[in-house]
Amino acid sequence: MAELTLAGALNSTLKEQMRKDDRIVVLGEDVGRRGGVFLVTEGLLEEFGPERVIDTPLSEAAIFGVAAGMAIYGLKPIAEVQFFDFAFGGFDQIVSQIAKLRYRTGGQFKAPVIIRGPVAGGIRGGMFHSQHPETYYVHTAGLKVIVPAFPYDAKGLLISALKQEDPVIFMEPKSIYRTIKQEVPDGEFTVPIGKANVLKEGDDVTVISYGAMVHRSLEAAEEAEKEKISVEVIDLRTLMPFDIETILNSVKKTGRVVIVHEAPKTLGFGAEIAAQLAEKALLYLEAPIMRVTGQDTPFPLANEHYYLPTLKRIKNTILKVVNF
Amino acid sequence: MSELYQILDEEGVVNKQLISKINLSNEQMLEMYKHMLIVRILDGWLMRLQRMGRAAIHAPNEGQEAIAVGVAHASEKQDYFFPTYRDLGLMIVRGASIREILNRWLANSQDPLKGHEFAIYGGRKYNIVPTTTPVSVHLAAATGFAHAAKIRKDNLVVFAFLGDGGTSKGDFHESINWAGVFRLPIVYVCQNNQYAISLPVKRQTASETISIKAVAYGIRGMRVDGNDILAVYSATKEARESARNGMPVLMECVTYRLGSHTTSDDPSRYRTQEEVEQMRKKEPLRRFKNYLISNGILSEKEEQELRKEIEKEIEDEVKIAVSVPPLPVQTIFEDVYSDMPWHLKEEMDLVVKEFEEDHQS
Repeated sequence: MAELTLAGALNSTLKEQMRKDDRIVVLGEDVGRRGGVFLVTEGLLEEFGPERVIDTPLSEAAIFGVAAGMAIYGLKPIAEVQFFDFAFGGFDQIVSQIAKLRYRTGGQFKAPVIIRGPVAGGIRGGMFHSQHPETYYVHTAGLKVIVPAFPYDAKGLLISALKQEDPVIFMEPKSIYRTIKQEVPDGEFTVPIGKANVLKEGDDVTVISYGAMVHRSLEAAEEAEKEKISVEVIDLRTLMPFDIETILNSVKKTGRVVIVHEAPKTLGFGAEIAAQLAEKALLYLEAPIMRVTGQDTPFPLANEHYYLPTLKRIKNTILKVVNF
Repeated sequence: MSELYQILDEEGVVNKQLISKINLSNEQMLEMYKHMLIVRILDGWLMRLQRMGRAAIHAPNEGQEAIAVGVAHASEKQDYFFPTYRDLGLMIVRGASIREILNRWLANSQDPLKGHEFAIYGGRKYNIVPTTTPVSVHLAAATGFAHAAKIRKDNLVVFAFLGDGGTSKGDFHESINWAGVFRLPIVYVCQNNQYAISLPVKRQTASETISIKAVAYGIRGMRVDGNDILAVYSATKEARESARNGMPVLMECVTYRLGSHTTSDDPSRYRTQEEVEQMRKKEPLRRFKNYLISNGILSEKEEQELRKEIEKEIEDEVKIAVSVPPLPVQTIFEDVYSDMPWHLKEEMDLVVKEFEEDHQS
């Protein structure tokens, strides 16, 4: 057991898993000698050599497509995208090839590729180093989408991703790569894909979030508790599939919902949760479902504090639905 | 690199010096001719089945049969193929039955692709990975497959097919660039059939040839008469050897699409019938047949019998295929994931219920 950051947990998990399974290869820009721009792949090249830790040409379409071909062959490729903002150059590979291969071949071929890399704002990265583009992938049938918020979950979910047969989009909130530490057991354990985590139980309102905003939601919950509001906080952890059961159980109890995410509001993941709740739990609701999200603009360089969900905004929204 | 490699000229007259390098028995050559003939005749049937409203679409192979058939004959058993949507010959050479192909086209309950997509060519047992319809997207996976084979030190070569239009896509350039950097065992077979739907090849590139593009990526370029099956066969053998030894190849096969782009296309809108008739004189079956007959390998009578035999078999198979029941509606939801998530189950239940209501008698 060691106390690890999210980046550290991912790094040690990659090493542990690569030692166990020589079919795992890591490929991407600067993943080898540089160890990745956030050092998630640090030390891999030295230990596993250039055949399994591949510094690639600067070519997202080829990175994803090549990973697909490797997966068809029977390897377990983990492709790093340097920032998810850069993945659009290879989007066709993800949407037309990787996501649909199993379906269009009637299950004869599969491409269980893991595409992992940083998402999220809060690092003064500007519009091409800060986006949270999960919705595109959730909307694409055939992909599983994971966004861990804790080092323990990052490890357990990455191992789950490696153990199953579907392509996975694995989004790592870069703003919390090194800001939080947690005890993470050595060796193998899994966190199931599709299972949310109730981080804090409460009775008055349910706050649903994922990624870095989980931590801000927890802070907001603490603030609200000072005003005698009992807040339940759910970390979704995986968005496709997502854990409707945990959400419904909580909402049936609290009757009030606030959804918090960094991605823009319109058709963001919160819209899907709200729609599902409208279909499945309308009569349990005591107040409108509210969303606290990033703005429907490109991600700005200046004033990003106000672009992203603020602690104040989350807390005020909690108060608003509780006092409705 | 811009010189066209040819063994049989348009009349089927052989270049004696070049053919002496090819090690092909008469039986093999007859098999190659038979496979081309099956493709030609089956192709016509697939067009008809679409016109009859039985099949959704077909991309005809007429005029290009020598390429897929020639490449497949020159390959080794362990090799892998990433074809386009116009490479019926690969399936035939690799042993797919006419019945299976018809079931795919009709998307019936025997369709191994479960009606999830048009009848794209492929199958695990044939070492053929079905393509994506968006052009050239599959080239990166082909490249990755070759990369994996190299990592695992497995002795195989990947043949990745594309058209002239596909060379304008970034995926093509990113793929061949990668193959060059990592010296992968892969041959990119570009079927330059002169048109990408309506647009002539000069609207795709200002390069003198397609094969010359190999130079910029540090891989080997070859330019072959794609209507000459012996040239395709021989060039493929050479390309395969090169790729296996770490020099990937871009093999341009110059051909001409005699038919439409697909059953939804009307070529009279962009080219003249005179042009097509002129090009028909160069088509691959006629010239190979002339060669086989003039060298006493096949007689006119035997050829007629072979044709009839194939016609008959396909006709019989069509009768069977059209009576195969349709796919059950729940197959819409199969193979999206390795397991079925709750939301798909929910959607499936509603669709199945609706289907059952609609089909209550």
